[in-house]
Amino acid sequence: MRALTAFGFGLLFGLGLLLSGMTDPDRVKAFLDVAGAWNPALALVMGGAIAVALPAFAFARRNSHSLLGEAIDLPAKRQIDAPLVIGAAIFGLGWGLAGICPGPALVLAGHAAPGALVFVAALLIGTRLAERLPTR
Amino acid sequence: MNVILDPAMLADALAGGVLIGAAAAGLLLINGRIAGISGILSGGTRPGGAGWQWAFLAGLLVAGAGAALAGLPVPHALSGQSLPLLAVAGGLVGFGTKLGNGCTSGHGVCGLARLSPRSLVAVLVFMAVAGVTVFIRRHVP
Repeated sequence: MRALTAFGFGLLFGLGLLLSGMTDPDRVKAFLDVAGAWNPALALVMGGAIAVALPAFAFARRNSHSLLGEAIDLPAKRQIDAPLVIGAAIFGLGWGLAGICPGPALVLAGHAAPGALVFVAALLIGTRLAERLPTR
Repeated sequence: MNVILDPAMLADALAGGVLIGAAAAGLLLINGRIAGISGILSGGTRPGGAGWQWAFLAGLLVAGAGAALAGLPVPHALSGQSLPLLAVAGGLVGFGTKLGNGCTSGHGVCGLARLSPRSLVAVLVFMAVAGVTVFIRRHVP
């Protein structure tokens, strides 16, 4: 049951990414390129998603368990530290270079796009390397 | 700077965002989990990765396979990029999201919807760096 609902939400998330334009590196870079021909459309992706997700997170703040009785697992970290900022900057560099982030990369990997398969393989290697950092 | 406002594109972006938000809300309300894709990917591919993580990732892959079956093309902007560049970018994204505990979905959607100050900082930093990266590659000779 848990896996079935998770699959459905993954599928819905993926369809949202496809519809929104997040899987098109051109559209992503046009959004990031404030100095060029700026296309602000993707701001609406994040805005729309946050607006819909806000009530769910308000529920999660007041309740310890999901509607199916699963424990709600929220991040415990509060501190704004160097790994957060450096990690976000490195991620931003990669996102700006390729124009795809992890979700769209997985959708495009399902599309069997060679570039996305290479990107995801490298992403997993980068993840494993970061896990080996002595500070973690 | 000039701004492109395409009504159809704006409508698709908003509708896609609503679906993404609904998926994140659903995963939280039903499964009790955060839809942070970099975290689900790194957790699921570790030894002992959870079934729900694999199932969520499978859903993303099936969405892409469905797009292929429906005859949608892979965006030229992806197929036109060199594989070495994509490998470097993918490595940076994997390393950075692990170190910074999240990507566009975990920090950008879920973290901001959770009103997390950490996520707000992360989003401002990765947006700014991604913007500067695109600026340098497009406008600096």
